[in-house]
Amino acid sequence: MAILEISNLCIEFPTRRGVLSAVEHLSLSIEAGEILGIVGESGAGKSLTGNAIVGLLEPPGHVTGGVILLNGQDITHLSDAEMRKVRGAQIGVIFQDPLTSLDPLYTIGQQLVQTIQTHMDLSRADAKRRAIDLLVEVGIPAPERRFDAYPHEFSGGMRQRVVIALALCCDPCLIIADEPTTALDVSVQAQIIALLKRLAREKGVATMLVTHDMGVIAEAADRVAVIYSGRLAEIGEVRSVIDTPKHPYTKGLMDSIPQIGQNLELLPNIPGAMPRLDSRPDGCAFNPRCEKAKAVCREKMSGLFTAGEKKQMAACWVYAGGDEYA
Amino acid sequence: MKSTHSMTWWDRFRDHDITYSFCHSPVTMLAAIVTLLMVLAAFGAPLLTSYTPFEPGSLSLMDAFLPPAWEPEGVSQHLLGTDGQGRDILAAIMYGTQVSLTVGMLSVLLSVAIGIPLGIIAGYFGGWVDTAIMRFADIQLTIPPILIALMIDGITRTSLSSEVHEVIAIPVLIVSIGLASWPQYARITRSGAMVERRKDYIAAAKLIQTPTALVLLRHIFPNVVGPTLIVATIGVAVAIIIEATLSFLGVGVPPTTPSLGTLIRIGNNFLFSGEWWITFFPALTLVVLVLSVNLIGDWLRDTFNPKLR
Amino acid sequence: MINFISKRLIQSLIVMLVVALISFFLFNFVGDPVSNMVGQETTIKDMNALRERLGLNDPFLVQFGRFLGDALHGDFGISYRLQRPVEELIAERMPATLELVFVSAVFAVVLGISGGLFTGLKRNHWFSKFILTSSLVGVSLPTFIIGILLIYIFAVKLNWLPSFGRGDVVKLAGGWSTGLLTLSGWKAIILPAITLALYQMTLILRIIRSEMLEVMRTDFIKFARARGLKSRDINYGHALKNTLIPVITVTGLQVGSLIAFSIITETVFQWPGMGSLFIQAVQFADVPVMSAYLVLVAFFFVLINLIVDLLYFVVDPRLRAEIKG
Repeated sequence: MAILEISNLCIEFPTRRGVLSAVEHLSLSIEAGEILGIVGESGAGKSLTGNAIVGLLEPPGHVTGGVILLNGQDITHLSDAEMRKVRGAQIGVIFQDPLTSLDPLYTIGQQLVQTIQTHMDLSRADAKRRAIDLLVEVGIPAPERRFDAYPHEFSGGMRQRVVIALALCCDPCLIIADEPTTALDVSVQAQIIALLKRLAREKGVATMLVTHDMGVIAEAADRVAVIYSGRLAEIGEVRSVIDTPKHPYTKGLMDSIPQIGQNLELLPNIPGAMPRLDSRPDGCAFNPRCEKAKAVCREKMSGLFTAGEKKQMAACWVYAGGDEYA
Repeated sequence: MKSTHSMTWWDRFRDHDITYSFCHSPVTMLAAIVTLLMVLAAFGAPLLTSYTPFEPGSLSLMDAFLPPAWEPEGVSQHLLGTDGQGRDILAAIMYGTQVSLTVGMLSVLLSVAIGIPLGIIAGYFGGWVDTAIMRFADIQLTIPPILIALMIDGITRTSLSSEVHEVIAIPVLIVSIGLASWPQYARITRSGAMVERRKDYIAAAKLIQTPTALVLLRHIFPNVVGPTLIVATIGVAVAIIIEATLSFLGVGVPPTTPSLGTLIRIGNNFLFSGEWWITFFPALTLVVLVLSVNLIGDWLRDTFNPKLR
Repeated sequence: MINFISKRLIQSLIVMLVVALISFFLFNFVGDPVSNMVGQETTIKDMNALRERLGLNDPFLVQFGRFLGDALHGDFGISYRLQRPVEELIAERMPATLELVFVSAVFAVVLGISGGLFTGLKRNHWFSKFILTSSLVGVSLPTFIIGILLIYIFAVKLNWLPSFGRGDVVKLAGGWSTGLLTLSGWKAIILPAITLALYQMTLILRIIRSEMLEVMRTDFIKFARARGLKSRDINYGHALKNTLIPVITVTGLQVGSLIAFSIITETVFQWPGMGSLFIQAVQFADVPVMSAYLVLVAFFFVLINLIVDLLYFVVDPRLRAEIKG
């Protein structure tokens, strides 16, 4: 059974110019120990999906349809109080900027102990012992000494480790990592990715890795979901999506990544830009930018079709011959 | 949805977020209308009323202490009644508002004229220039404007004869309030300039060797002036209150050209003997005026710069 | 730590010296004190004698030195108008002002902080909207109008509370006269204290609210939520603590302003404090009283700023680290 299973998730923002649907009919699942990368441009709806899972959508945004299952339990419409017990305990969240994610006025020890004691019935001493174990786990040297340090006394990479330790406080089964490496130096990025991979392998944590960086996805993820304008464009195993992208958007995306050793006059790019949520065209959202667009692409949204091997699927009419998924 | 190109400027204006916000804020609309009416009544006073309440010859003591027109002893010629010297209260308020508005707006203009250049210079150049200007501003900021204005007024009062002082009382007041309130504008402008100077377009301007003065004037100034002006709106309300307070304390504008504050002070002496209208209507006018300006300022701040909230 | 304090102390000393200089210039070069003091019929000889007695004929440096020395001993000369030593006048009136300021400060800080927290945390609650609207009316009502209004309602119409004065005062050791030990003293302080506190309370309320809203948007609050912390811990433990720095700054400033604003309140309520002494001094160009008041108020401001700086130090670990390192 999948740890996380999302089906037909819809997120809308009512505004005075009408309702914006930011995420439409998104379905995906993550198994234990698996890292699912979610990739897309800014505004595609990837972070919103993460926030929706933990019930932290900023109003007026709200989930208008679909089901989110965590270990088979429906958490789509839990009350605030019930959701609070899920957050931090069963789901750990890591945000983009480690520099601003920690409260500057408390030592990291205080923040760890507070989080542990919120969810687990442990004495102060036990909570402290657990906190130090967690610091060891995420690779912070001299944890006993660092326990009483304030966030500003840590480097960016070390702070992100602390953030991960905080997310791991109560052995969550799912980690949602929202751009966890974007604010970090490349060398530190690699360390954090290695840490996330180790946690998935060793502890069987399911990880949802949200990023706009294909490099990070290629490095860390087992499978990848490509989101375009709030809709799933393509999903499949990382190698096959990277090596043989099926959806024209994914193809364009892969072509625009420069290859080492390749000598190009001009880096190919996809003409145009992702449509604004209030002016999405009929049919496939990508059709104005797509070379292969046919009449049907401008009329009807495509379902997910099997395209290629190993459960690689694309939401594109080109593959309409294959099996349609859900 | 219509594309932006096919819209006339009027459509665009109506469709704009600011217009939308304004039209959906009845309180702001009301405040804007009230302010507009008050400004018109104040500066149109010579056209709107035949009374000249502050020309000594035109008063008749026979009409003294008349209550408002709707009271049993009121007369319709004096809608809001008269004071102890037979002045028409409504006319006095109109002329008084004129003085209050003039002092309020000119003093804010002066603070802005000092604060913006100093703020831009401090923020753009940084270093010791910044330290010097801002340390001075910080020290001044800890002292309430009203105390500074009182001091400046006290000094001029001491060094000038009372006849001369009476003539230049209003300019002195404007300068006192203006000098007392510049630091807050300098602060806001400075923080804006510090952000702007790091941007690429400034680097580009420097690269093509635009003279520094031109960079400040053409590039920095237009980009930092907005938030300052929003705060200046509320500054007008504050300046009007400071002026009224000083006048109430008897150190502001002289009774020969009274502002609302002076009228309230004069009327206050009659409050306990029953002639409430002499102080009530000027006070009401002052409060409504300040409240309206504050409401507009508050709305501007919320609409243009949600972060300032 | 000691380094930090001594640095601050030196800065404060410089500020005080500058104020003393201004106050000395005021004292010495503004107007002609003698002609301000005497009647029309005084002879030139009498005026010269008075000039000599007040020390106005000595050279500049001698006068400034004497001024500083005297000021350090609390000697600010003789009031032109009342012909009495200024320090005596001020000592008589200081307790009245400080008690008024103290009661108002407690009132403004307690109500301002609780109101600000409420409106910041429950921004869509009807009571928050009510508080905010009335706070806007609050900043639009000049202090003196609030005073007049309160007098009119509670003293004239309802006759519950006195409209002027301090009520009965009790002399304490050291010449301090307090109104806080008698019933009539408490009755007398209610209206002026409310009048004085209202404006500052509104400002404190608004700054706390906006700081709370700001902090609630930060990443570390989002992350605290994402960790499932209890809202009580988030609101008071994390959010409130992070608003403390600006709040301490503003509260300190506002408490300082209370001293200056007491000028207005004291005038309206005929409160026998330093403020009403000062306003009379301005009206009658009584320079020694003016300059002494200036020095004294500056002293209180510097003192409050010093306390504010020390509080920063207690609250913010980053500052502590900066000073250590």
